[in-house]
Amino acid sequence: MKIVVLVKHVPDAQFDRHLTGQGNTVDRDESILSELDEYALEAALQLSEARGGAKAGNEVIALSMGPAGAVNSVKKSLQIGASSGVHLSDDALAGSDAAATSLALAAAIRSLGPVDLVLTGMASTDGETSLVPAQLAERLGVPQVTFASALELNGTTLTARRDGDGHSDTVEASLPALVSVTDQINEPRYPNFKGILAAKKKKITTLALSDIGIDAGQVGAAGSLTAVETADARPPRTAGTIITDDGDAGIKLVDFLAAQKLL
Amino acid sequence: MAKALVFIDNPGGALKKSSRELLTIARSLGESAVAFNGELHDDVAAAIAAHGATAVYRPSAADLDDYLVAPKAAYLAAAVAAFGADTVLLENSSDGKEIAARLGVKLNAGVITDVVGVDADGTAHKSVLAGAYTTTAKARTAVAVLTVKPNSVDVSQAPASGVLETITVEVPADATASAARITARNERPASGRPELTEARVVVAGGRGVDGDFGPLEELADALGGAVGASRAATDAGWIGHDFQVGQTGKTVSPQLYISAGISGAIQQKAGMQTSKVIVAINKDAESPVFEIADFGIIGDLFKVVPQATEEIKKRKG
Ligand SMILES: Cc1cc2nc3c(=O)[nH]c(=O)nc-3n(C[C@H](O)[C@H](O)[C@H](O)COP(=O)(O)OP(=O)(O)OC[C@H]3O[C@@H](n4cnc5c(N)ncnc54)[C@H](O)[C@@H]3O)c2cc1C
Ligand SMILES: Nc1ncnc2c1ncn2[C@@H]1O[C@H](COP(=O)(O)O)[C@@H](O)[C@H]1O
Repeated sequence: MKIVVLVKHVPDAQFDRHLTGQGNTVDRDESILSELDEYALEAALQLSEARGGAKAGNEVIALSMGPAGAVNSVKKSLQIGASSGVHLSDDALAGSDAAATSLALAAAIRSLGPVDLVLTGMASTDGETSLVPAQLAERLGVPQVTFASALELNGTTLTARRDGDGHSDTVEASLPALVSVTDQINEPRYPNFKGILAAKKKKITTLALSDIGIDAGQVGAAGSLTAVETADARPPRTAGTIITDDGDAGIKLVDFLAAQKLL
Repeated sequence: MAKALVFIDNPGGALKKSSRELLTIARSLGESAVAFNGELHDDVAAAIAAHGATAVYRPSAADLDDYLVAPKAAYLAAAVAAFGADTVLLENSSDGKEIAARLGVKLNAGVITDVVGVDADGTAHKSVLAGAYTTTAKARTAVAVLTVKPNSVDVSQAPASGVLETITVEVPADATASAARITARNERPASGRPELTEARVVVAGGRGVDGDFGPLEELADALGGAVGASRAATDAGWIGHDFQVGQTGKTVSPQLYISAGISGAIQQKAGMQTSKVIVAINKDAESPVFEIADFGIIGDLFKVVPQATEEIKKRKG
């Protein structure tokens, strides 16, 4: 089977993250493969391996849209085990919102020929909107199975568990489909030495907008349907009063709540 | 005049506070109506009218709940056209955001999620990068689709309720064509406490509670709050995943967040650092949670929490 896994190159949340420039876009220095996409990659590798892996003709293609540095997230995916990579990169893509991103990603996926499954993370760790997977399903016209915390494939029938508020649902769809996975679904593997060596021989295709039939005006800040108008850094939270319990901290806590009118 | 449509999905017998907030915002923008799915109880219809909506749109099909998201977006698109809405308001749940996402593609409309306020001109306020920035954003399209977080506005009713017109909207024939089917639904027992994302007080526990959420539940009940947890606590199976706060759990911004036995990892902070007041109880003075606490107690939660609960009960008589 042919699986496309979406991997986003995002600012490392361990560092301070910033909005910059006229469009208030995220500064992408210090970026890494979004940790939530590692679960999607792992799910793809498990599905492929259960069917005999690459030797049996299964393909796991890692696709990232982003500036030059995003190729590092594609490379990392190859080291972890994806069979090939695609980097969609074009200056005109800068500042794309979810609508523009999903438009470009849908066109890139279509350019890869028939695909059985598109796998994504539950949210990007920078945008945090969870809009892209649903929009991709809508644009590709395939069933959407989002927030899967367990996934099985029998023939061409997908069965997933989806945990909602106060209920857990079983969801079924047939391939081709789009699935987004949560961090409950598996334990992502790390790249090992063999994987790092093997990745050097794997192919990465770079696509520009002209390769996928999209005009510059349809994406980026120009093609986005929303615009961020102002961005104010929130003053960082500062530590308040810290006390050590001498046997009456519970009472002091209640005093504090009373003073704050929180009782 | 602007026309705002609120999507209300299966409220059951009573309208949730978050829905009443959406209706309040809709009325502040102009003429308001509701796109409804599910059984419409009389009380709910009356509450919708009391908040100033003039019409309730209902789907021609009754099977929208048998599928994931897609047919609801198709129905909502038809309702937007029927009402002539220029703003659509949905709740900020995962379903709400995904229905908004697909509606945005169908209508070529800008979608803004995690909204905490809407100005009269449609400017939306939200915070991004785990609360590091507050931003304003605007849809550049004829229709704007906004998903609004709970506890964003004070609920108010219209000066007088009008007559509520009920209109059936034809759900497109192909709405379920390539949708995933929900084949089973397992309800989990409700806790009886307020909904985590709507609660004014959240008492959250982590690995430090060591399997026993009892003391935190008692404190939450004394404060009328909800119980939350870190991923370490949900992964350990001490409490359901529904209660996880953080990047891959719920985002909460209560008036008061009490964190007990939680170290304060970046993924945990992502879900709670816009809380108004943060209290942290942790044995380890070096825990990062103390960097963001308004009131921090270095101590054993099993001593501090029960003592606080007792004291609150005493003061409340
Ligand atoms: C992709 C990804 C997503 C994640 N998403 C989330 C998320 O949504 N939410 C989340 O919370 N985490 C999330 N995490 C996990 C996060 O990185 C931390 O591992 C987790 O938050 C740690 O939980 P904790 O603070 O309860 O446990 P620990 O870090 O082990 O901290 C336990 C704390 O309890 C204190 N303690 C112990 N006993 C006592 C006592 N008797 N009294 C007082 N204090 C005591 C200790 O001093 C310690 O500080 C995610 C991680 C990844 C990789
Ligand atoms: N630029 C991108 N490149 C590759 N994948 C992406 C990109 N943007 C979003 N995605 C995928 O869509 C998921 C949800 O993203 P979002 O809708 O931004 O929260 C991510 O976890 C990725 O799998």
